[in-house]
Amino acid sequence: MQLAKVIGTVVATQKYEGLEGIKFLIVQPLSKQQQPKGEPVVAADATAQAGPDTLVFIVGSREAAQALPNTFVPVDHAIVGIVDDVQGSN
Amino acid sequence: MYIGLVTGTVVATIKHEAFHGRKLLIVDQLDPDGEPTGAYDICVDVVQAGIGDRVLVMDEGNGARQILQRAVAPVRAVIVGIIDDVEF
Repeated sequence: MQLAKVIGTVVATQKYEGLEGIKFLIVQPLSKQQQPKGEPVVAADATAQAGPDTLVFIVGSREAAQALPNTFVPVDHAIVGIVDDVQGSN
Repeated sequence: MYIGLVTGTVVATIKHEAFHGRKLLIVDQLDPDGEPTGAYDICVDVVQAGIGDRVLVMDEGNGARQILQRAVAPVRAVIVGIIDDVEF
């Protein structure tokens, strides 16, 4: 999993079945020092509570869909937690 | 699997239930010579690792689900060992 920051929202009423009610957010993956790293991606918000500029952590690949109510959906990035604090040496 | 160095902790109250009661540690990936590769992962710890420990990380969903004994879990990276020595 990686740290990421929520930078936008995607609204799509027409989408693959099973994705209804899932919030899609644009997230910028971050380095350990919380600097932007790589390209932004669209992630399903499995917490359903991440707002703009929120520091979150995301999981990729098939495991992302495992975070959603319907786990057999075409989702390859999911927000699975909202970060309260990051401690430790960087 | 890869060798890593635990360098931090992530605290999160709002998180998927698969993480409830689990420690989340930041692990820097190391190459076999022990040098950081620049990559990192937030890993679920199941061996009571701490900051400064050199650890073995398993980064695969099926294995993670077996370790966490959950049929469904959005988890890949799990710390499965604390390394004493590396020789090759």
